[in-house]
Amino acid sequence: MLKRTSSVAQVKNGLPLKAKWRRDWQMVLLMIPGVVFLLVFFYLPVIGNVVAFQDFQPFLGIMHSEWNGLQNFVNLYANPDFWDALRNTLLLAAVQLLLFFPVPIGLALIVDSLVSNRFRRWFQTIAYLPHFLSWVLVVTLFQQSLGGAGFVNNLLRQAGLDPIPFMTNPDTFPLLVVAQLIWKDAGWAMIIFLAALTTVDVSLYEAAAADGAGRWRRLWHITLPSLRTVIVLLLILRIGDILSVGFEQFILQRDSVGPGAAEVLDTFTYYAGVVGGDWSSGAAAGLAKGVVGALLLWGANSLAHRLGEPGIFQRRT
Amino acid sequence: MRPIWKEDPSPAYQAIKALILGGFALVIVVPILVVISTSLASDKDIIDAGGYVLWPSHPTFKAYQTLFSGGLMGRAILVSVFVTIVGTAIALAVTIALAYATSRPVLFGRPVLLMVLFTLLFAPGIIPMFLVVKQLGLLDSLWSLILPGALGAFNFVVLRTFFMNVPGELLESARIDGASDFTILRRIIMPLSKAVIAVVGLFYAVGFWNAFFNALLYLNDTSKWPVQVILRTYVLQGKSLSADQLGVHPPPQPQSLQMAVVVVALVPIAMVYPFLQRHFTKGVITGAVKG
Repeated sequence: MLKRTSSVAQVKNGLPLKAKWRRDWQMVLLMIPGVVFLLVFFYLPVIGNVVAFQDFQPFLGIMHSEWNGLQNFVNLYANPDFWDALRNTLLLAAVQLLLFFPVPIGLALIVDSLVSNRFRRWFQTIAYLPHFLSWVLVVTLFQQSLGGAGFVNNLLRQAGLDPIPFMTNPDTFPLLVVAQLIWKDAGWAMIIFLAALTTVDVSLYEAAAADGAGRWRRLWHITLPSLRTVIVLLLILRIGDILSVGFEQFILQRDSVGPGAAEVLDTFTYYAGVVGGDWSSGAAAGLAKGVVGALLLWGANSLAHRLGEPGIFQRRT
Repeated sequence: MRPIWKEDPSPAYQAIKALILGGFALVIVVPILVVISTSLASDKDIIDAGGYVLWPSHPTFKAYQTLFSGGLMGRAILVSVFVTIVGTAIALAVTIALAYATSRPVLFGRPVLLMVLFTLLFAPGIIPMFLVVKQLGLLDSLWSLILPGALGAFNFVVLRTFFMNVPGELLESARIDGASDFTILRRIIMPLSKAVIAVVGLFYAVGFWNAFFNALLYLNDTSKWPVQVILRTYVLQGKSLSADQLGVHPPPQPQSLQMAVVVVALVPIAMVYPFLQRHFTKGVITGAVKG
């Protein structure tokens, strides 16, 4: 009977391959479905990104379409729609980061300060729910509430006021988008901060209070520093995902607000490629987005390491 | 209990806190309630209220009867239920097997783990995914909604973290008693992690039920549309349901019909939510903190 030790040295150069195989073949068998899935639905499409460097024609396929180097990227550079999509993506990402990110932290601090457990549980039950609703449902609920014929505007009309075009005004679209995001996910994002707050050593508060620190100084000098690691972690994840901004949310509202405000990189990819048939431009935009996104994530993580935080990808020592 | 060192809260602070939390909760609950009420309202309620109803004074299931007597909604529900159940079963099987196999130091464990974690860093993109699904002949097949979502990296990390914390001695002793890796997975690991597996299964199920874009991308055949696409087409985009899609003449107020569609998309989530809520906090935190 061969023992599987977790000692790194022994695993690395302990047994000959054949003995390992005899010991582990069942485990390897268990990996096969997952690995096949990854190869077919992740790594194959990753390689499929080569169509970004081709003049891709669906009837010719990847194998027979002509290569055209960086021509698709040059075309993108000259395409004003692409720049619109990029500008919208960056604007929306910045607005989301600034206006959404602090909300769950604030909510968590308030909920944590509640003394009544009943009120706290009651609030959490309601606040987590919208996270599990689909974007279609969330946008629909917003439309039924704030849309031109929605009940808020109905009330305004009944009160003799002019209806407000919350859902269709391109100028206020970024605010609408953030409102939807807060409605859907602020409560959910609160969980992780609440969990971090329970790990704070209560004796710190007690000692600080005994030294005369009021509630705000305790918040600033104890609570927030102990949230630092989690805040950095979530910021990194957010930055890595920033170019995705929330694809379904935009594709659902692009018709009502117009592409001028709601076109983002992902919707550009979809409409140029799948709908418009310009596969190569779409793929080029998608690839550019994927690469920049990965670089942002990597950069943010390195910066976190530089600042002495663990980040998400741990550095192996 | 308020700890002794904490100041008594001033009424102003209390009021502000209650206002923020209460307001937030209200903004979440009211739209959902209005939708449910309107779906149950009679034609008269809706005309009296001028559109939306806060509380139906003559509640009726007419909108639902109408909706289900036509072919459209019944078919969409069947599609969504099929995709959700089959998808969750496949996804759970694949994820559990992979998470268990990579949770121990075994042959190929490390490279396979890196293969999964890389998916967190980079997304392949819409166009190449579409081309792959097309090449596999899955366009207009329900499998296109199931297979691409069969391994979620987050769910994988949650399960793997949990499996790693099962003590190695337990598995060694089973092995000495002659148990194979399959037996260990089935008889030791899975019974020990029932709760986590249930939560991950529900996460998958919610994901499959809510998926919208895959259907838009891969399905042209309207008879295969899941509930979310129906919701988008007939409520969000406001396309009106035709008589043969409804089967009842004359149909009730379109308002209550539309709201009934919204409720149909909402109900399964509302049903699993109490269970999810009881258990997810643990799952999320193990995944996020130790992953």
